Amino acid sequence: MKIKLIARISLALLKARLKQTMVAAFGVTFSITMFIALLSFMGGLNDMLDSLILNRTPHIKLYNEILPSPIQPIAKSKAYNGAYHFVGHIKPKNELLDIRNSEAIIEALTHDSNVRGVAPKTTVPVFYNVGSINLTGVVDGIDVDAENRLFTFQDYVVEGNTIDLKNTPNSIILGIGAARKMLVQIGDKIQITTSAGIRFPLKVVGFFQSGIDEVDKVQSYTTLSTTQKILGKPNSYVTDIQIKLFDMTVAPSLAKRYHNLFETEAIDIQTANAQFETGSSVRTLISYAVGITLLIVAGFGIYNILNMMIYEKMDSIAILKATGFSGKDVNAIFLTIALTIGCIGGALGLIFGLGLSVLIGEIPFNTASLPTVKTYPINYDLKFYLIGAVFSVITTYLAGYFPSKKASRIDPVDIIRGK
Amino acid sequence: MKKKTVIEAINICKSFHDPITVKVLTNVSFSINTGEFVSIVGKSGCGKSTLLYILSTMDTSYEGDLLLDGTSMKNKRDAELAKVRNEKIGFVFQFHYLLNEFNNLQNVMLPALKFDKLSPEEIEHNAYEKLKILGIESEALKYPNQLSGGQKQRVAIARALINNPLIIMGDEPTGNLDKMSGDVVFNIFKELAEEYNQSLLIVTHDLDFAANTHRTITMEDGKIIGSEIGTATIEGKR
Ligand SMILES: Nc1ncnc2c1ncn2[C@@H]1O[C@H](COP(=O)(O)OP(=O)(O)OP(=O)(O)O)[C@@H](O)[C@H]1O
Ligand SMILES: [Mg+2]
Repeated sequence: MKIKLIARISLALLKARLKQTMVAAFGVTFSITMFIALLSFMGGLNDMLDSLILNRTPHIKLYNEILPSPIQPIAKSKAYNGAYHFVGHIKPKNELLDIRNSEAIIEALTHDSNVRGVAPKTTVPVFYNVGSINLTGVVDGIDVDAENRLFTFQDYVVEGNTIDLKNTPNSIILGIGAARKMLVQIGDKIQITTSAGIRFPLKVVGFFQSGIDEVDKVQSYTTLSTTQKILGKPNSYVTDIQIKLFDMTVAPSLAKRYHNLFETEAIDIQTANAQFETGSSVRTLISYAVGITLLIVAGFGIYNILNMMIYEKMDSIAILKATGFSGKDVNAIFLTIALTIGCIGGALGLIFGLGLSVLIGEIPFNTASLPTVKTYPINYDLKFYLIGAVFSVITTYLAGYFPSKKASRIDPVDIIRGK
Repeated sequence: MKKKTVIEAINICKSFHDPITVKVLTNVSFSINTGEFVSIVGKSGCGKSTLLYILSTMDTSYEGDLLLDGTSMKNKRDAELAKVRNEKIGFVFQFHYLLNEFNNLQNVMLPALKFDKLSPEEIEHNAYEKLKILGIESEALKYPNQLSGGQKQRVAIARALINNPLIIMGDEPTGNLDKMSGDVVFNIFKELAEEYNQSLLIVTHDLDFAANTHRTITMEDGKIIGSEIGTATIEGKR
């Protein structure tokens, strides 16, 4: 009942100043609209840029690095135990790049409950032979099905089909940059040379475009077995094991565990791509900062209209107090006014924000480096709407707080005496 | 009929300290009984309004004590005083102070809605009753700015009456009205006192008005200098 009465009085005061109230509410609407549109757009861009890397990057990669042995023979010698060892010109071990016991590791990983999927890979540095010129390149031998499933490989094959890679023996999907340099078409044969000097003919069955030009100039794909054939290695020869997890955040700790367990190098996505996280978070920070600045400006609008209203309604406040409304009631009346402006403006802002996001999402956006993106990317995250709603309520509350306090402190005697 | 004291002022003193200390009220003591119609007269600036603001609990910075219905108003919190004003005091000012956002009926209803003792339907019924007593029930659904000054003042009186207060206080309620409307308002006060046993305390400059009340308190320089029985009482006794 009391709430109803306060609401009724607030509404009556609001109606009496409808135009100004609408302007104040529009301020909130505008800022929330911009806030939502900005964050959705930035979020979409972030997701797109991240996925450019994240889609193609394993959460954990197991590999071997050519490194000097961390324990040099002299350390094992009892004779020099406890002494400090000066060893000059340490050289790396003569070791193969492949992961020892790869089949067993893959088997163990597929049974790990954290792991969504495993894709083995063999990387071979090669030269593409074009007439008398050799172009440097890298051929990855992949498990086509696993690569499609875990890394949306098919999305990046712009011509040809990934199935053909699997079904045609000795086939290759060329990076589009490399293909353009070599002037080849699908169905053409190309020659590659390995670092060991072995020449190998391969049939082009598709082109691949990652969106990163530097990659597309060198990177190509064949099947795992083809690479093993090129290198003359057995079936178990695998240089990388790529792991996708269900939960990406546990990657760093899991990577450490796998490093110890499988005795290979293990790098997690967070470590490998730290700079991307930084980029995203800075972009997000900027959008939040702009959005919140807009809201604060809207807050000042509400502050102004309330102050004006209180100034105009001094008499009404005085009589309300004289007839038994307490300071608290008066405070509640003006806070209700502020929050009504905030809530209506905010709700409209959320709707318009969604509308504007949809509009932006319809604008065509074609770029050669992003074959899957046709319009501006938008992230319709519910989180933005919740933050927008919460912030519009908080800013209007703060904007209403001081004027309401002022109104509640008005001494009716001062007003009545002044007449 | 047994007379009950509704309001009692005990040695009320008040000074303003802005910019220099001026004593405005000195040892003001008096009491008013149920159904009594009391007027306060005095020269401009003698402290009548100041006293009324203290009696109505709106002004709390004074010395001495104020008893309303036997309870001291000293040391009460803001919200408690608001409740007292709402339930026990009806105030009529020189200016009507109606809310232009509400129609006359709603203006009358507001203090009762705040009191929240009766249902809105009952309150509306009572508000109509009060407007009828004041002879302006036909204006109930109009807005304050559509009424004449005298009519507005009558709506304000209806508002003061809505919670059946212990006492109605008025600070020159007829001051802004012409002689005719002033008389109408005065007769309403008198009727309230005589027929509804309503206590009233009215500040006025109109000596004819004062003479027609039950008792007139005369003030000078913040002191009560006299208290005469008015013609109304004499008539009443006749
Ligand atoms: N806020 C204030 N600060 C200082 N002095 C004040 C203040 N309010 C009133 N006074 C003084 O108190 C005295 C009494 O004022 P008050 O308004 O009670 O007079 P009054 O009897 O109602 O006069 P009137 O008949 O003209 O309405 C006056 O001398 C006035 O100057
Ligand atoms: Mg006065």
